[in-house]
Amino acid sequence: MSNTSKNFLQSSIGKKLVMGLTGLFLISFLLVHCFLNSFIFFNDGGLMFNIGATFMAKNWIIRAMEIVLFIGLIWHMVQALILTMENSKARPVKYAVNNASANTKWYSRSMGVLGSLLLLFLVVHLANFWVKSRFTGLPGEDANGNENLYAVMQETFHIGWIIAVYLGGCIALAYHLLHGFPSAFQTLGWNHPKYNRLILITGTLFSVIIPLIFAAMPVSMYFGWVN
Amino acid sequence: MSGNMKITLKVWRQRNTKTNGQLVTYQLNDISPDMSFLEMFDVLNEQLITKGEDPVAFDHDCREGICGMCSMFINGRPHGPKSKVTTCQLHMRSFKDGDTIVVEPWRAAAFPVIKDLTVDRTAFDRIIAKGGYISVNTGNAQDANNLPIPKPDADKSFEAAACIGCGACVATCKNSSAMLFVSAKISQLALLPQGQVERVARAKNMVAQMDAEGFGNCTNTGACEIECPKGISLENIARMNREFYVANLKE
Repeated sequence: MSNTSKNFLQSSIGKKLVMGLTGLFLISFLLVHCFLNSFIFFNDGGLMFNIGATFMAKNWIIRAMEIVLFIGLIWHMVQALILTMENSKARPVKYAVNNASANTKWYSRSMGVLGSLLLLFLVVHLANFWVKSRFTGLPGEDANGNENLYAVMQETFHIGWIIAVYLGGCIALAYHLLHGFPSAFQTLGWNHPKYNRLILITGTLFSVIIPLIFAAMPVSMYFGWVN
Repeated sequence: MSGNMKITLKVWRQRNTKTNGQLVTYQLNDISPDMSFLEMFDVLNEQLITKGEDPVAFDHDCREGICGMCSMFINGRPHGPKSKVTTCQLHMRSFKDGDTIVVEPWRAAAFPVIKDLTVDRTAFDRIIAKGGYISVNTGNAQDANNLPIPKPDADKSFEAAACIGCGACVATCKNSSAMLFVSAKISQLALLPQGQVERVARAKNMVAQMDAEGFGNCTNTGACEIECPKGISLENIARMNREFYVANLKE
């Protein structure tokens, strides 16, 4: 047998690995993001939260990782777009009747739609916080002399339609993760009867708990539980 | 054979690969619940021939669920509503009197329609030709104990080897991906000592041919595993991924 294979990253399995690895990387970001933002639940007028936010803004390793994060995110999106176009080309004539719900979950079939919704959410989210924190500047300092990102949060999360957008984003994230988390491990080849249950349970818990914590932030500020 | 079921069939009729097809409605009045789905088509074709019309072309061979020739996308599912059966093993008692049944061919760019419900599945043959075999000089039969194989490995290999290459996995996959088929064919050899010599080239070449045939990309929806008449597991796709990664690291 001679070797006739092409470039690894152009192969179907290579592209799948890119989706899985960038996905896992974005999952690791979610963990850090969720942990640091939970500092608002100290309910100390944002002092703890602003310490965390200032550390993230000043630390050069974090600054460098921010660039890696954007690369990972864009790679995940571009690869998904390429795969979606290829997959649609692989079935030029569609079925008149397709009982897809008999063998798949709706969110497994809708990763592209859920991902697009997440992208729309990200545009709003980045405009709300990231652009202000990096470029247009924050409104003053808190009692500790840290930049007051918390004040921006309080202001943003008192606007009704923004709460709706964030809740929508959290729901899209939950379903995107529900498929994406275990799927990444399958792609890596980590499918073994001994560990499949562990991956599925961990994935399900992650997909429910992380979006719930995120959703609790705008909601608790809107209702004044955190102020 | 006669019976008491009335069935309305909507069948995809397409003259050849180049023309467009459409669903055509047929009424059947004398269907026995004990007929297989293919025998019901035999009845339809006899009626069509008697009327001087063109019979519906469909693939079939052994009619006992082992050859992989029969296909048919029935009411939105490959091989119909039952799990782990082929279309020839599907019986009309799985439907109700008066039902309307929609029958379409496998739909994938890599499986062009030849006529009506028959599709060209030689893409699978070309993938097999790229490495779904072992090169061996056959002499006299060896002593059976020359090659000790652990029972769990032998079982897993045989489970993968149960794949009959019908293409239901491709037909049901929202991406028309052939990964369940290819992974079964890679796995059955990767698990046995006889498959080790060509293991690296096999993984690379069969995956390359799969991609070249225009099958879609796997997104792990798991539809293939559920629709496979032989119960081929997604575990095989994970194994193929591992085989492919290792193969690419080695060269």
